[in-house]
Amino acid sequence: MSVLTEELRERIKAEFPKYPSKRAVTLPALHIVHDAMRAVSTGAIEEIAELLELHPSEVHDTMSFYNFFKDEKHPLGRHRVWVCRSISCMLRGGEELLEKLAEKYGVHPGQTTADGKFTLEFAECLGACEGAPCILLNDECHMDMTDQSASELINRL
Amino acid sequence: MAVFEPVLLARINRPDSATLKSYQADGGYARLKEILSMAPADVTNIVKDSGLRGRGGAGFPCGLKWTFLPKDHPGPIYLCINADESEPGTFNNRILMEKDPHQLIEGIMIACHAIRSSNAYLYLRYEYGTSYRALDAAVKECYGAGLLGKNILGTGFNLDIVLHRGAGAYICGEETGLIESLEGKRAWPRIKPPFPAIEGLFRKPTIVNNVETLCCVTQILKRGKEWFQSIGVPPDPANPRDPGSYGPKLYCVSGHVNKPCCVELPLGVTARELIEEHAGGVWKGRKVKAVVPGGISMGFLSAAELDTKLDFAGPGKAGCLGLGTAAVVVVDDQTSMVDVLYNCCRFMSHESCGQCTPCREGTSWMTRILERIRAGQGKVEDLNLLTEVAGSMGIIPGTTICGLSDGAAWPVKNAISKFRSEFEEYITSRRASVTSAQRLMAAH
Ligand SMILES: Cc1cc2nc3c(=O)[nH]c(=O)nc-3n(C[C@H](O)[C@H](O)[C@H](O)COP(=O)(O)O)c2cc1C
Ligand code: SF4
Ligand code: FES
Repeated sequence: MSVLTEELRERIKAEFPKYPSKRAVTLPALHIVHDAMRAVSTGAIEEIAELLELHPSEVHDTMSFYNFFKDEKHPLGRHRVWVCRSISCMLRGGEELLEKLAEKYGVHPGQTTADGKFTLEFAECLGACEGAPCILLNDECHMDMTDQSASELINRL
Repeated sequence: MAVFEPVLLARINRPDSATLKSYQADGGYARLKEILSMAPADVTNIVKDSGLRGRGGAGFPCGLKWTFLPKDHPGPIYLCINADESEPGTFNNRILMEKDPHQLIEGIMIACHAIRSSNAYLYLRYEYGTSYRALDAAVKECYGAGLLGKNILGTGFNLDIVLHRGAGAYICGEETGLIESLEGKRAWPRIKPPFPAIEGLFRKPTIVNNVETLCCVTQILKRGKEWFQSIGVPPDPANPRDPGSYGPKLYCVSGHVNKPCCVELPLGVTARELIEEHAGGVWKGRKVKAVVPGGISMGFLSAAELDTKLDFAGPGKAGCLGLGTAAVVVVDDQTSMVDVLYNCCRFMSHESCGQCTPCREGTSWMTRILERIRAGQGKVEDLNLLTEVAGSMGIIPGTTICGLSDGAAWPVKNAISKFRSEFEEYITSRRASVTSAQRLMAAH
């Protein structure tokens, strides 16, 4: 039985016409699978490789270069909460914010809460330094965060 | 001083600024048909004569780069739009893409016509989800209106724009790292030459340009090269190789200021003007200790250097690496430079792609030395070691493939030469606060 659903396969194939090589679809395919399945398993890597006419090790090599993607042993929670720790956020309390959230929700950066609600991460500059400290919730940025507003954001999830 | 009327940011506060309708209502795409009917070389010459220099960090003359493409190449030729914007402190590309995506798309069309490309790939950092949705909607509007696709506006010009999302790696902003990443590989920068203009994406001639650079192209073709040259700083007559610093620039100001902001001003404003007149001054009534002039890779200005002009030549005269992204980060006088430098080093160590030993090892060693200093186990001699490591890595000493390592070395060099006594005091007082037993424990 295949790991990737027909729908995911179709979405990956829909990327092919955009590029002159199938290999260029590696990142788009990884995003499609990772987003839907909250991890890219070894089985998924094999099937992506087959679709892209690559060796699985090539897909794995690319995937592992970007710390962004999780493997099956460390799947993402339903949401992903990134707290920026780079310079402008650090100067305005970003590191303390990350520490507080880690303590409050009982997870270290990189870990997922026991209820599977969210994965906490540190981020490098999110490109929103005018709103430091800031948080990226999935792929949307929230600026001028405090412990309180960050907790409210998370509690609403 | 007369208030500068923004051009690149002129539309960002309009209602629905990101829509095609509002862009066209403000005169967007109005001259496009005429521009697409010009000879490509004429478009390139206008951009060349305007003096536009790349806004992505290196400041390379834009029109000149376009002329490096092989003549009469059968194609395909590619344009890559560098929207990876990840240099800490920098956020102007994000604002341009979220608020006025059509200004960028028009610049992409003009550039592609000039370089005879029908395929543009926009490499967008993953974190910019809001930008992605704004661009995606804008690109779709263009296809719907016949502004993208085949035979655009009946001129015979074809263009497709593909949005490609990254996956959270700073090195994808280096132009050949970007190309490798787009090809589906790990983002290891390539050894140059060959430069991308000769052999780039999919081994074809390729131009890589930054988002803000392309937005300037839109405005230059709309307002004329004379308009562009009327803004900014002309070449230094004492330096025959200085191409000048023309045009408006988006300065990002963040850190310890009252009103962090992105502001459009003529190239050449001083750090002091930015902080005092545009960012509301230093917060909490404090004073400036240090200023990052253009993203952390560029190093630091000290409080005594605030009158440095932030044009392409200014930061270099004050010992910084360059103007970089013109992202100004202000550090107040209550903050430890050791902590600031540690933050910079940790970033670079995390983001080094690892293929060159001096960069991989150097960034990691500098971070570890600073960790040791912060733990009260540092020695004053460590400062010389830091400077030595920093001096041995980068394109400038010729030991690495890309400029990340120069950007990793520079904050270290500047911090230690400009703030040496603070580092020495920190090391001595930290050591005194940690007992020798603790030091022994920590060493094992
Ligand atoms: C480590 C590193 C990171 C870079 N990141 C970016 C970036 O995020 N965006 C960008 O436009 N240029 C970045 N650059 C510069 C690019 O290599 C390239 O010079 C630029 O995209 C060219 O466009 P321009 O001439 O329009 O400025 C980076 C360079 C280095 C060495
Ligand atoms: S200098 Fe550093 S980031 Fe650049 S290619 Fe070498 S190892 Fe990679
Ligand atoms: S440093 Fe946090 S968003 Fe830039």
